[in-house]
This record gives sequence, C-alpha cells and structure tokens, in this order.
Amino acid sequence: MIRIANGQGFWGDSLQAPVEQIRRGPIDYLTLDYLAEVTMSILQKQRARDPKAGYARDFVELIARVLPDLKDRRIRVIANAGGINPMGCRDAVLEAAARQNIKVKVATVTGDDITDRLDQFLKRGIELKNMDTGEPLSAIQAQVERANVYFGAFPVAEALSQGAEIVITGRVADAALTLAPMIHEFGWKETDWDKLSAGVIAGHAIECGAQVTGGNCQVDWETIPDLADIGYPIVEAEPDGTFCVTKHAGTGGRVTVASVKEQLLYEIGDPTQYITPDCVADFTTVHLDQAGPDRVRFTGIRGRPATNYYKVSASFTAGYKAMGSLVYTWPDAYRKARAADQILRRRLGLLGLRFDAIRTEFLGANACHSIPAGEPSHEIEPHLPEVVLRVGVRSENRAAVERFTREIAPLVLNGPPGVSGLGLGRPRVDEIVAFWPALIPKTEVRPEVAIWPSES
Amino acid sequence: MAKRKLVELAHARSGDKGDLVNIGLIAKKPEDYAILVREVTAERVKQHFEGVCKGAVERFELPNLGALNFLLHEALDGGGTVALKADPQGKTYSTALLRMEIDA
Repeated sequence: MIRIANGQGFWGDSLQAPVEQIRRGPIDYLTLDYLAEVTMSILQKQRARDPKAGYARDFVELIARVLPDLKDRRIRVIANAGGINPMGCRDAVLEAAARQNIKVKVATVTGDDITDRLDQFLKRGIELKNMDTGEPLSAIQAQVERANVYFGAFPVAEALSQGAEIVITGRVADAALTLAPMIHEFGWKETDWDKLSAGVIAGHAIECGAQVTGGNCQVDWETIPDLADIGYPIVEAEPDGTFCVTKHAGTGGRVTVASVKEQLLYEIGDPTQYITPDCVADFTTVHLDQAGPDRVRFTGIRGRPATNYYKVSASFTAGYKAMGSLVYTWPDAYRKARAADQILRRRLGLLGLRFDAIRTEFLGANACHSIPAGEPSHEIEPHLPEVVLRVGVRSENRAAVERFTREIAPLVLNGPPGVSGLGLGRPRVDEIVAFWPALIPKTEVRPEVAIWPSES
Repeated sequence: MAKRKLVELAHARSGDKGDLVNIGLIAKKPEDYAILVREVTAERVKQHFEGVCKGAVERFELPNLGALNFLLHEALDGGGTVALKADPQGKTYSTALLRMEIDA
C-alpha cells in the first residue's frame, strides 16, 4: 500500500495544507495541483515581464520550507507547478536546496507547450477545432496567447523511476499527478485500463483538495468538525487498483460516502466516458463503502482504452471587462438598486458607449440563484436591509470599459440615497482571456523527462 | 404525493467546463434515487434554469452512486473568464437546482 496525499487543490489554496500533510502523519507522495486554465495565462503575463518567471512561486517557497522534512520522511513530491516555465521552477528549487546544503533530485516533464508550433500544425491541416463549437483555431489565431497539451501519468512515472524526489511538470491532466506513483510503484502497464481508471478516479477524488474531506460539503455541513483545521485528502492505494480516501487522524473535516460522492460528480461530463490521456474511466462502475471513520473504500472500477488524442487548451484574448458594485440600504434597498441600474445604463447610453454585454445583478436579492430564485416576494422586498448592485460590462474596446469604471462612484452623490461604495474604489479593467479546447493526435507531441542532477 | 423541495431529498455539487455547467445531484437516501430519476428529468431542469441555460440539458444516470449528472450547455454567459456573473464558475447552480419542487 502507498499513501498519496493532495496538499493543494488550485493555485491560491491553503499555504499551510501541504505542510500539515507532511508533518501530521505518514505519506509517501505529496501531489500539488497549481494549474487552472486561467493560471497559465497569469503565468504568461508574469513571464512577459520577467523571463525567469512563469511558474508557481508559492511552490518554491513551500519546498524551501519543508525540504528537510521531505528528506527525513522520504516523501516525494509531484507538482504541476512548472506552469509555462518548468525549467525556471526547477532552477529555483535547486537553488533553494543548495542554500540549505541539501542534495535533491529534481525532474521536469515538459513538451506540453505547443505555442510555437501552432502555425506549423495549422499549415499541415491539423485544425485544432474547438471541441464545443467545431470552429478551426485559425478563426482566432491572431488572438492566441498560448497552447498546451495535457499529458498523462506515464512521463511522471518515468521521472519517478529515474529517482526523482521532486517532479515538476508543465501541463498534465490533474489526475495524472496521483496516478503516476501507482504506475511507478505497482508496475502498471499502459494497457491496464481498469487499474489506470482506478488511479484516475483516485486522482479525481483528491485533486480539489479538501473538497472531498468535508469542505464545500452540503450534507450536515454544520456538524462537520473543525473546518479551521480541515485535513486534506490522502489516497491509500493497493496494487490491485482498489483504494481508500482518508485524511490524517486528528485533523478536522469529514470523509464520508456522501462527501466523496459530491467530489466524484464535480466537473464531469458523461460519467461512462471520463476521457484522460491514459484511459477512459467509467464512473458508473465505482463502488463506495464506508470502511471506517473518515475512510471510504473504492472498488470495482472499470475503464477502457485511451483515445489517440491529447487534449489541448489554447488561451486567447477576448476583449476587456470590468465590474462595479454599490450597496443600497433600507428602506427600499432593492428599488433603489434597480433605479440606480437604470440611471447608470441611461448615462452609458448618453455617452454613446457600446458594450458586447452589460449584466446587472442584485446581491442579497437574487444574484447567484437568479431566475430559479425569482424576484424577492412583496412581503420581503421592502424589508431587505441592504442590496448590492453589481454591474459588469464587456467590450473589445478598452476605452469604453475604462469609461464605464468612472460612472460607478458618481452614483453615490448623484443617484438614489442610502448608498455606499463598499470601500472598493474604482473598478479595475481586466483583459479577458478565453479558452479554446481542442484535440491533437498523440503522435504529434512527445513528453520529455529530464532529471537534475543527472546520473552521468 | 406531496410537493417537496429537492433540498429535502438530495444534495448536489456543480462546476464548470467552458460555457457548460455540470450539476451532480445525489439522493440523500438510496431509496430516493428512483424519485430523482422519475421527477428530475432533463426537461424539468431545462425549465428550472430557463433564461440561464441557453442550450440543451443532458442527463446521465449513476445508479451506483444514487446520483444524476446534468450538463447545462451555454449556461455561463460565455464561460468562467468571459462571464460578468457574480458566480462565473457556476458553483452555486447546485443549490439553485435544490430549489426545484417535485412530487414525492
């Protein structure tokens, strides 16, 4: 049995969670997921300003902090912290280790970055059609910022077999971080579809951190113990493909069949066809049982052969947006907020500003649940203590969006009464980065594994 | 049969993929799964999110988990980074679905 922990569900997740995973109980592998789609674009912007940037700096700080513990406890780390500059991340980790006089073997998995090859692909008739709309990438080529392939677990497992203590990847499928140590430790083959699918589902279960151990859990949420000290998830994996999801003893949170089900259903499509680079997993074959307190056992998982394609995510710029908010108070909070929205829209019209979209929401009335929630009832509406007016605009024209940001604050003095600016200041204009999902034949790209210090 | 809110029988989690939202709907008690299958059809979910979900609604069954998975196409105002919504990733569509009234 091996223990694979997750200490980071996204970049911006708890800084303390990976430290607790290392120090509060036994684990063999620590996986850290830093890369959401939007993260890649943020990293791209950072690297444009500084060629040595472009990776998750939090990761380097973490390693500097816990490296002695990792060595003492013989814990190996797998992280997609490399972002768009895995070599830069490796160098920073090696420097941090050298400062502490600690020797560590660091591997990189690269080759996922196909930004510079897009022209060549399109010329050769590889259209990289949008998986949702069917449009060829050429439609937005001028706006493309970058494109990455999602690799699977085998190159990560290869890095482990070369002796890496820390594996830094660029883009790999999230679940691959968890599957890789199973392939490495148990000698699973590329055709062990059922076992690979089990590893993928284990990865899916823990890749969002505490979202499987009682975080964001709707069942009996008020009785979930000590969320302040919530334990992050650990997979206890067996060579036959069965595994348990659990957490360190003494931590907060709760691991139940219900908490696990919520996470299994998170961000999936057709449950019989969960397509990954390594296999197609079937979530309808999962059998769960509560094997003990805070311990759920997974059995029965089946899968099918992988497809001949990798998924590609290309990012492209798509105009600008800004959101402004004001809070209106009783009496008539909702009516005042609605009136202010009408005044604002009229002014934007008088200024001749055109937007691709204007959206108004009333927080405290029906913003998130919108139409399913309906309008506040006539009994409730006049008594709402406060309602936040939130207006967003989107346009190709940055100047129009800038101008919009100047029209929010004046409403405090020249619009309906009983209003505050929430202390937020003028709204920020954001460039919009949108995403283009596509497929590419696996034969077109190859993962590269390298290790430092190298053996030779 | 009486009218009941889905929140009494089920829990849920939602997330995004581009302009699509998925909502996993899970029976709190295994015996209630059949009620979810009968009552919470793709058509009813489409109706519930009328004006929010502009595309099709697909439904998948996971009897092993006592759960249904719904895919709401064109439901995020263009997708996470493009949307101007307070909930641009559809995280609260889960609880919005639990408002639905069903016969149970």
